[in-house]
Amino acid sequence: MAKAKSETTTAAEQPQRIPAMQRLLDNHFLLLFIGVVVPTVLYLLWGVMELSQIPIAE
Amino acid sequence: MSITADTTVIGGIAAKFRTCPATGLQVDLAAERLIKANAVAAIVFLAIGGLFGLLVALTRWPAVHLLSSDMFYLVLTAHGLDVLLVWIIFFEMAVLYFASAIILNCRLAAPRIGWLGFALMLVGALLTNVTVLQGDASVMFTSYVPMQAPPNFYLGLILFAVGALLGCFIFLGTLVIAKEEKTYEGSIPLVTFGALTACIIAVFTIASGAIILIPTWLWSLGYISHIDTVMYKLVWWAMGHSSQQINMAAQVAIWYAIPAMLLGAKPLSEKVSRSAFLMYILFLQLASAHHMLVEPGISSEWKVFNTSYAIYLAVLGSMIHGMSIPGAIEAAQRRNGFTNGVFEWLRRAPWGNPAFAGMFLSLVLFGFLGGISGVVLGTEQINIMLHNTLYVPGHFHATVVAGTTLAFMAITYLLVPLIFQREIIWPRLAKWQPYLFGLGAAGISLFMMGAGTLGVSRRHWDITFSDAALSFDYPPAAFLMLGLNGLSGILAAIGGGLFVVIIVASVLFGKKVDASNVVAALGPTPQKQMSDTVSTYGSAGTFHLPGTYILVSIFFTAFVLYYFVNWKYLSELWQLG
Amino acid sequence: MALTSPESKVWWNEPVGRAELTWIAIAFLWGVFMFSMMVWWHLEGNQNLSNEVYRVSPAKFEAKVEAFTEKYKVREEADIPVAKPEPGADVYMLSRLWEWWPILELKKGQTYRLHLSSMDWQHGFSLQPVNINIQVHPNLEHVITLTPTQTGEFSVVCNEFCGVGHHTMVGRIHVVD
Ligand SMILES: [Cu+2]
Repeated sequence: MAKAKSETTTAAEQPQRIPAMQRLLDNHFLLLFIGVVVPTVLYLLWGVMELSQIPIAE
Repeated sequence: MSITADTTVIGGIAAKFRTCPATGLQVDLAAERLIKANAVAAIVFLAIGGLFGLLVALTRWPAVHLLSSDMFYLVLTAHGLDVLLVWIIFFEMAVLYFASAIILNCRLAAPRIGWLGFALMLVGALLTNVTVLQGDASVMFTSYVPMQAPPNFYLGLILFAVGALLGCFIFLGTLVIAKEEKTYEGSIPLVTFGALTACIIAVFTIASGAIILIPTWLWSLGYISHIDTVMYKLVWWAMGHSSQQINMAAQVAIWYAIPAMLLGAKPLSEKVSRSAFLMYILFLQLASAHHMLVEPGISSEWKVFNTSYAIYLAVLGSMIHGMSIPGAIEAAQRRNGFTNGVFEWLRRAPWGNPAFAGMFLSLVLFGFLGGISGVVLGTEQINIMLHNTLYVPGHFHATVVAGTTLAFMAITYLLVPLIFQREIIWPRLAKWQPYLFGLGAAGISLFMMGAGTLGVSRRHWDITFSDAALSFDYPPAAFLMLGLNGLSGILAAIGGGLFVVIIVASVLFGKKVDASNVVAALGPTPQKQMSDTVSTYGSAGTFHLPGTYILVSIFFTAFVLYYFVNWKYLSELWQLG
Repeated sequence: MALTSPESKVWWNEPVGRAELTWIAIAFLWGVFMFSMMVWWHLEGNQNLSNEVYRVSPAKFEAKVEAFTEKYKVREEADIPVAKPEPGADVYMLSRLWEWWPILELKKGQTYRLHLSSMDWQHGFSLQPVNINIQVHPNLEHVITLTPTQTGEFSVVCNEFCGVGHHTMVGRIHVVD
């Protein structure tokens, strides 16, 4: 435990530019957010919208 | 701090650990107990649900026609619930705990909540099962409204889902703890990332389930008067199909994990594999639309976009894994010294190790049978020929049985020595188990898909229509298909039964595993001839992977041919629209 | 290894092998092609499910089907009326526990507007041995444009589970020259 801690502090001291895509993939809660929002909008909301627009038969 | 410490205090919270003799990792005992409990519950429900499946297959076999119609529909409902939902999700909880606490060398977040979740899932699963077995809830796994089951049928499912959601939160909480306590450096391992993908899909799945099952439960209690039938299906399938996408992500994580454990395989490219998982996170859930393609009231635009997982970007993810995984195995084997010819790496793979054999069969059967048939079945217009025929269960027995279930069986052969700390009893028998089960599952899928292509309806007790006012006969070949399906069902049941017996016996009576025998307990592995420290990522130095290129080319050819054959059939159909 | 964190800190910048890139490109293009195939079939193909749907009460739909059947009834088969509408007509078939009603007699090569709905639960319209499968819902009237291209006796099997009599639910469509 202690060993791991000291290693990361030294690594963090040298700033390294982490590409945006890697930062996205390391951001677990952002992934959770988009993983829920995308299907909610494209599948559920779009689908419900269409169902609510069905006309009444003559 | 010594890694042999029994108790480690981190952030004021004490957790008990043991040291894994194989990896030197610290194993949180609370996580270990939860993994054991969930895996055991999973296997019990696999046994029950599998037995129901055998009864279904034997009833569909026209020459046997085992059950009465009432019993058939009851057993079919229970079969769907117990294997598609209960077995799979219990096991996935074990996978989530393993991929977080164990792989990240971390304590599990809130183990007590984990037990609460486990209890909710167990009570829910039992409640729904009892309700179905009482006979008034033969509404099929899908319980399409306005067909109504007693309230406890829905309540059990809701409890089960809430329990599973708690498991997902614990997984996410453990990721947070691991990051804060720096139990890993940089990014989480790829297998954990795959589990994260499964967890994210699970959150969407369970939320959708809650949105639809809670009102349906209230409707069953009489508090709500009406539920729109298409709306129900739309939201129900956001749960029902996405739950199988949790499997997809979990099984891909396992496909990466087993070659890593047994062969030291590394992903060819972290970037490519993780991007492929990102495609799952974003788009895999859209495929719930596969069940909505011939429903009235939803436009073709919605259908085409959603059924294609946003222009097949999630399929792209799967095709990437389909190359990365055999590629990682080939690269590892070539590093291990199996460099002769195109396929020595594959021939000399540890085929006698049930974990490897199960994993590789699962990959191949899923890809060739489940993946290709899924895309074809999910093509908007082609679905007109296949909707609600036996092709549909044929397809998902390739994905969920030959794919997911076999992958979960395969990893169990490693969980028993690593987590239960027992040797696999009867290794000779275990060696044959994945082949028996895989062959049976492949047969079930192929013959049901065959019968479905001939038009045979799914969820149908009597394909001879003997009690119908108007007669109809399916083609004779359909009867042959269902006979072969029955035989395959028996084979799969033997393979599945063998699995349950071997695992239960190993856990109860297997020889204890410690540092002296842990490596042997993982089963046969190829002799490593070179150190794998020479490369930092899988493909460095072994960019040329001819065997994998050939396998992938065969797959792609089969895919393209089968795709066009179905369009040709479609073009011969009566004109519509 | 897949079970440990990536060894290099900035793994996003690691090179990807050429074969992998090629495969990704092929898979991506194949996906675009398969997507385009569905769109193209809507423009040029002859088998597309109609999007014409109305909300309707079961009673109202039943009244329409009965008026239609009365108008076009030519005979009975197994006590079920057979309706023979003129080519191009609006044609009705209802589903209920456990029958498809009435029986239809259509002409080959003629186009009909087939109205489908259910009186009770969901049913599955499965035209055999042609193998056209469409979900039928209560409260929704789905108007399908259908052109038979073969003559003979065809059956409508119910392929959505609808209770204990599900496997006895068979209807009939005749197609004549
Ligand atoms: Cu029916």
